[in-house]
Amino acid sequence: MTEVAAPWSGIVLAGRLQRGGGALLRFARGQPLGAAGMLIVLLFILAAAGARFIAPFDPLTPDYAAMMTPPSLSHWFGTDDFGRDILSRIIFGARTAMLVGFVASFAGATLGLVIGVASAYFKGWVDSTIQRLLDVFMSFPLIVLALAIVSVFGSGVNNVIVAITIPMVPRCARVVRSSALVLREVPYVDAARALGFSHSRIVFRHMLPNVVAPYLIMLTSFMGQAILLEASLSFLGLGVQEPTPAWGLMLQGGAEQYAESAPWMPIFPGLAITASVFAFNLFGDALRDVLDPKLRV
Amino acid sequence: MNATQMASPAQAQPVLLDVADLRVHFPVSQGIVFRRRTGTVKAVDGISFSIRRGETLGLVGESGCGKTTTGRCILRLTPSSAGSIRFEGRELGALSHRALIAVRRKIQVIFQDPYSSLNPRMTIGQIVGEGPAVHRLTRNARQTEARVRELLGLTGLADDVYGRYPHELSGGQRQRVGIARALSMNPMFIVCDEAVSALDVSIQAQIINLLETLQREFGLTYLFISHDLAVVRHISDRVAVMYLGKIMELAGSGELYDHPRHPYTQALLSVVPIPDPDVESRREPLLLQGEVPSPLNPPGGCVFHPRCPLATDICRRVVPVFRDIAAGHQVACHHV
Repeated sequence: MTEVAAPWSGIVLAGRLQRGGGALLRFARGQPLGAAGMLIVLLFILAAAGARFIAPFDPLTPDYAAMMTPPSLSHWFGTDDFGRDILSRIIFGARTAMLVGFVASFAGATLGLVIGVASAYFKGWVDSTIQRLLDVFMSFPLIVLALAIVSVFGSGVNNVIVAITIPMVPRCARVVRSSALVLREVPYVDAARALGFSHSRIVFRHMLPNVVAPYLIMLTSFMGQAILLEASLSFLGLGVQEPTPAWGLMLQGGAEQYAESAPWMPIFPGLAITASVFAFNLFGDALRDVLDPKLRV
Repeated sequence: MNATQMASPAQAQPVLLDVADLRVHFPVSQGIVFRRRTGTVKAVDGISFSIRRGETLGLVGESGCGKTTTGRCILRLTPSSAGSIRFEGRELGALSHRALIAVRRKIQVIFQDPYSSLNPRMTIGQIVGEGPAVHRLTRNARQTEARVRELLGLTGLADDVYGRYPHELSGGQRQRVGIARALSMNPMFIVCDEAVSALDVSIQAQIINLLETLQREFGLTYLFISHDLAVVRHISDRVAVMYLGKIMELAGSGELYDHPRHPYTQALLSVVPIPDPDVESRREPLLLQGEVPSPLNPPGGCVFHPRCPLATDICRRVVPVFRDIAAGHQVACHHV
């Protein structure tokens, strides 16, 4: 019963990725850019995880003796208008970025996956209702919908995650549904119905594992977008609040005010955003090419 | 209705499946804002037959004639528009969800395509064992595994396929897995939907022999759907010939092949190659004119009349009644 009952066992990262080292090497050889992206992503994850040990200074304690020092040996990226070390703040900011990026895109893509497959499986009026509802969400640009949600629920990391998750759901549901519609007519799904299995078993056990490729592609392409969206919301003052270190937040306030006299204040957080989004997109594109060359998100 | 006179070896057995006046109509609609019904595809249009326990009924016809839809309807994969399907005397359409699940166990299916009929992300052991485990036919993982290994043995598969994935097997092996999956529910009735059509001829023979062995061993009843007349003749006790959603002729397989009465059956049989060059060269194929009409707009009267060599005025106006012309031989034609 064990192997038959666990409904998620088949989903564990598309078999081919799971086969470990050899597959990873082949990926690096076939997709050098994607591998570079993956490496940068890993660096950011390491920085976020080990921020406490890597960061040379405390990101929150002001040092009024060293306000707006240009990049030097002790402060590699300089300090801001409160004398806080920018490098340390970027390293701690990676925590916010990775947390929001991973949680929001994972939640958004997974919800979209379930909704998309269920919508395709049940067909008829269930499908039409879900699709029209998704149309409503899709009619707002990502940032506008996220802004609206934050302004209703208020700012803060948790609400930012919700605000970024919600606009992602319909986008993933749409793509997954189109793959699942094909699956719906596949004989092994008919066989599962003839065997008298429940709807949830057919959806989770027989259909979900077979749309993992588009799901993974959506997931990785969402991560870059989620980080960018979090930075934008924070920059607009609707996202993460001071004093929490966040890249978008670091571009705001003093950074704007002193952009000309202390350009290191906006440049380095800006580079961090660019590098992480670029890395996620490179990785996502490479993954897409490997898993499904036909699918273009 | 036609359960009383059967020229089959299973004559004494009770009727297992009785299909009466089954219709499956698919509405065709147009328009985005104001959807309107612009037509109906009559995939199956009023067919009746019954199958006795232990018997094999062959269902033949060209592609698009509704034979697969008939099978899907019996499996409750496609809803019927009208008519009744009785299994062991119980009307399938009237069953509650729970009762239907219980009946579904007894009616299983073997599909045509051995590639797409198995979930590529499950091992053979999981595919065959899922049914018994979910429906608690086995009590624990060890029993399930033993049952799966027993079924693999029964269907002539080596024991080591248990942990393999479908893509590691050949077409014939996959089809055996499909049969093992169907058998796992201890079914009484199996719909074989073009079950051997996608296989090589040598593998076809093996699978047919397997199906026959299993039928004898477990008293199975088959609805054997195929476009291959030679295969159907070999395996079936009785054969029904379908054309454009209707049954044209139904008879014991020896009777139907040796003395076809309906002009459509005669035409079909005249183009089946005979493996004897002398007989083959002396034979005159009865070629039909034109194409199969669209089921969206079937001809009035007898659906076969535009292509029928015997067609007369009555064929254009009156739908022929599906009637008995001899014991166990039914035909829908005005001129027989």
